[in-house]
Amino acid sequence: MEKSIRRWGVLFALPALICFAIAFLVPFVWGLVLSFCRFTAITDVSFTGLDNYVRAFTVDNYFIHSFFFTLLFTVVSVAGINLLAFTLSLVLTGSVPGKNAFRTIIFMPNLIGGIVLGWIWNVIINGFLARYELNIMSDPSFGFWGLVVLMLWQNTGYMMVIYIAAIQNVSTDMLEAASIDGASYTTKLFRIIIPTVMPSITICLFLTLTNGFKLYDQNLALTAGNPNHQTEMLAMNIFNTFYSRVGFEGVGQAKAVIFTILVGMIALGQLAATRRKEVEN
Amino acid sequence: MTVSRRYPRWIAFASMIIISAIVIFPIAVVVMNSFKSRLFISSAPFALPDSDTFIGFENYTTGLARTGFFSAFGYSLWITVASVAMIILLTSMLAWYITRVHGTLTSLIYYALAFSMIVPFQMVMFPMSKIANMLGIDNPVGIIILYVGFGAGIASFMFAGFVKSIPIALEEACMIDGANPPQTFFLVVFPMLKSTAVTVAILQTMWVWNDYLMPYLVIGTEYRTIPVAIQYLRGGYGAVDMGAMMAMLFLAMLPVIIFYLICQRYIINGVLAGAVKG
Repeated sequence: MEKSIRRWGVLFALPALICFAIAFLVPFVWGLVLSFCRFTAITDVSFTGLDNYVRAFTVDNYFIHSFFFTLLFTVVSVAGINLLAFTLSLVLTGSVPGKNAFRTIIFMPNLIGGIVLGWIWNVIINGFLARYELNIMSDPSFGFWGLVVLMLWQNTGYMMVIYIAAIQNVSTDMLEAASIDGASYTTKLFRIIIPTVMPSITICLFLTLTNGFKLYDQNLALTAGNPNHQTEMLAMNIFNTFYSRVGFEGVGQAKAVIFTILVGMIALGQLAATRRKEVEN
Repeated sequence: MTVSRRYPRWIAFASMIIISAIVIFPIAVVVMNSFKSRLFISSAPFALPDSDTFIGFENYTTGLARTGFFSAFGYSLWITVASVAMIILLTSMLAWYITRVHGTLTSLIYYALAFSMIVPFQMVMFPMSKIANMLGIDNPVGIIILYVGFGAGIASFMFAGFVKSIPIALEEACMIDGANPPQTFFLVVFPMLKSTAVTVAILQTMWVWNDYLMPYLVIGTEYRTIPVAIQYLRGGYGAVDMGAMMAMLFLAMLPVIIFYLICQRYIINGVLAGAVKG
């Protein structure tokens, strides 16, 4: 059978592979090469070695700043989203009237696109700040906390849905047995529920981590990096390096390679965490 | 299942009501302000429209004219539907092929697809938009090729995961009866992939519909999708007509919310399956 399928490879595999090559493989390899070159158009490319990588850090300090801004934002939002989502999922797996309606409402913001979300919160945050005659551009910390609140609003429902599904799979027998033995709620939470849903916690932590790290649309619509690049996240810093200064395309590409390595490290961490669990089980 | 109840039921209920109100609040603010004159949006965004501030549908008419919202809706709809349909068709075929045919080449393809899921868009955006330009696919039709290529990673991963669980004997029986591989795939395998196809469709729809950077970089502002049209309202100088913005934000959210309320079960299950397998 395998042989006859193989003969039809052109029909089955080629169309998708051509698209994959155009959209991903060729641009990826080309991007890697370009990160070692100086260029403005595709026709005048000259090899410059690691020059772009050095310039990524030395030409201004916005790249490093955006790295720490992104890191801090990601840590705060990952912790916030997961704590809130887990708490909500505990409540909504209990006996609350109308829990399906609540689940539906809390999940909803997840479907709204990043650009729309960013502008919604832009209005709301500016509305609060207007009372003190300030706006979101007045201080970088407004943009930072604005992004955190936005991210909480968008992602909590998503993670909550994952946690709810996991908690519903916790064995009722085990919980009942624990209750009969006189275990308190806290004991059951930390000894039974959390260990059972650990794989979902891993998934949610890494999902929120990568979402936070790669954030762009929300950042663009909410603050566009203002004031003075202070609320610029990594993805936006890379975009601006490419497109708002002529002659910096190579530096932008070098930054993109560094960004890819950082995101890749998160993914490897996830792989390691999941593998370890599998071995333990 | 009830874990335990250490707090009275009404406390849980009341706090859920408050949280739901917080979730809905931003959307309510947008709807409210879309009927107010733009002069009052920045000074008193949380006040209900009154006789001084209410301007009817003026923001909507200005916004529609400025963004070309209806054509943006059309482009978004076309690009999303066509891309998602092509992703499902082409990647399910690819996934079946690489799962059933064993060899170095097919496992290389598999790893390349898995790798593409990790790589952020910023890594490829510059060369990709240049290539799209060179090949003449920088338009609302050609961009579908790019969506298929960039969405192929997660989609074929999920399809391949499911194909592995289908007993191969079924396909063998089919071929022994004289069916060729296309017949076997389209008449026997593809119908079984339906539930995975729904999951893939939901995940990819959410991505393509809301995507901003790819259409912005590849097509530009000539044929604007909804996210590009919204961001386009910002204009060159940073001065934004917030009235028109509110009206357009509401129009952009409306189809998403309606779609969600109609197929919420599929959406939530699709997202769940996507998170666990992805």
